[in-house]
Amino acid sequence: MIVEEIMKTDLITLTPKNTVLDALQLMKNKQIRHIPIVDEDKKLVGLITSNTLKNRLSLENIENRKLKNIIEDIMIKDLITAHPLDFVEEIALTFYEMKISCLPIVSGGKLVGLVTASDLLYTYIELTGANKPSSKIDIRVEDKPGILSDIMSIFKSHNANILSVLLFPDSKDEKYKIVTIRVQILNPLSIINDLKKENFNVLWPNLPGVTQ
Amino acid sequence: MKKAVFVYSPEQLGYKFSESHPFNHKRLTLTMDLLKKINALNEDHIIPARIATDEEIALAHDIKYIEVVKQAGMGLLTPEQTVHYGIGTEDTPIFPHMHEASSTLVGGTLQAVDAVMQGKSRHALNLGGGLHHGFFSKASGFCIYNDSSVAIRYLRQKYNVRVLYVDTDAHHGDGVQWAFYDDPNVCTLSIHETGRYLFPGTGNITERGSGKGYGTTFNFPVDAFTEDDSFLMIYENALKEIFEYFKPDVVFTQNGADAHYLDPLTHLCGTMKIYQEIPKLVHKLAHEYCDGKWIAVGGGGYDIWRVVPRAWSYIWTEMNDLPAPSGPLPKEWIEKWQKESPVPLFPNWEDPDPLYKPIPRKPEIEEKNAQMLQKALQIIKNEQFKQ
Repeated sequence: MIVEEIMKTDLITLTPKNTVLDALQLMKNKQIRHIPIVDEDKKLVGLITSNTLKNRLSLENIENRKLKNIIEDIMIKDLITAHPLDFVEEIALTFYEMKISCLPIVSGGKLVGLVTASDLLYTYIELTGANKPSSKIDIRVEDKPGILSDIMSIFKSHNANILSVLLFPDSKDEKYKIVTIRVQILNPLSIINDLKKENFNVLWPNLPGVTQ
Repeated sequence: MKKAVFVYSPEQLGYKFSESHPFNHKRLTLTMDLLKKINALNEDHIIPARIATDEEIALAHDIKYIEVVKQAGMGLLTPEQTVHYGIGTEDTPIFPHMHEASSTLVGGTLQAVDAVMQGKSRHALNLGGGLHHGFFSKASGFCIYNDSSVAIRYLRQKYNVRVLYVDTDAHHGDGVQWAFYDDPNVCTLSIHETGRYLFPGTGNITERGSGKGYGTTFNFPVDAFTEDDSFLMIYENALKEIFEYFKPDVVFTQNGADAHYLDPLTHLCGTMKIYQEIPKLVHKLAHEYCDGKWIAVGGGGYDIWRVVPRAWSYIWTEMNDLPAPSGPLPKEWIEKWQKESPVPLFPNWEDPDPLYKPIPRKPEIEEKNAQMLQKALQIIKNEQFKQ
């Protein structure tokens, strides 16, 4: 999945000559926390976040005079940006490592989109398939080739439609992995029985300390 | 005025996917026979289910979808042609005359609505209904037509009343919730096992309705291994708060009986105790807020021999102000059905004690559920604070 598939393109921006008060009001009215600052050519020149306002307007200088200052004086100019063709996994890493909450997307020198941490989280929700009617089954498997194919052939024999598959390391034993499958079915019992017949360790539900 | 009517027609038993399918309306026969054997139910109580018209079904379903169901039931369509409509899947296979059978379940619920709204009886029960997963143009999770969504629309259009829908099935009542998500005159309340593992996966506390209907959708997702005490604590608090907040004219309850320890499809570990308590509180609140207007339907419940007949009987005895049955089950009932049951039937109304081994991490699960309750009801607290 690439950034242009998840970024917001309906952008709310200000210019460097707008005032700090403008930024505060816009954040309040639109219920947003990030405002990219662009010049007349839509070139990205800065960023104002609710954190910027909090950190750079110290208690002593919150006076009307300061609020009438222009944005240029306080905006973040040292910007981290991404490209529409970047991978979502890559920008997720950027969010995590740089401890940021918003990433302006720039192409051809112009601001073309914005991705916030909330947008990334929603993408994760969609990836897990949790937004469609389905059951979830966890299976603890040995970390070796071919296992996933063995599991999938059982789902196929039940004509069961899979919405998502996630694979992650077992936190207790690195020789094992947990396969999490969201499947569009209310009654997964016949699938579970077939998995158990093939000696798969099915965790349905998976509550450490209770089911293991 | 009668205290309650019991809606039933043998045609409702035609809603049958296959011999081995977990959804099995033999539950209706078993429950009625049990109620008759304790002299709680007789022919005077029973009114027949009618067939809902296409126009009525279309209150909550796409006409095109109704047509597909009809044709599939006549054998004119293959699963490849219907799978897009959720029919012909392992959950919801095609079966002969599926439209007619499904329409009788819907018509039964409409009969229950009319009996209550036209003052023929204070309460009404259609155990054949409660198919809460059905969507506007798609079958889901064993449910073809959503009788409850149709009936609530019917209540809105024909009687113009505010409806509180209470769903205690172990699965989230998604079909009904989404049908009324933006309707401020219908409040849906679903308490269910969290969607982390269980179908349909939705029913999070953050699903609160949209537009004008914001604040009239409530979800109480309880953890797997919740057990009686925590389940009832959530149920009682949620129900009292939401009756007071929404002040319905009518209460409509979906009574899935699949939160029991023995239910093969869920993990809540309830016992018969919750099925004694659920109808008691809703009955009391229906009289306090709705002049008694209470319509109840069935729902899930997949241990049809040991769990569902006892669980559903308590709704009917409660509606009729009869004491909750206790002690031994009628000998004749056990003798009659033991021959067919693949499992030994229980001797008593109460479950064997203990029913299962103690579950680890109980205090943590209870604490987590209690925290969920606070968050889910926060919106009511906020409203009260504003006033």
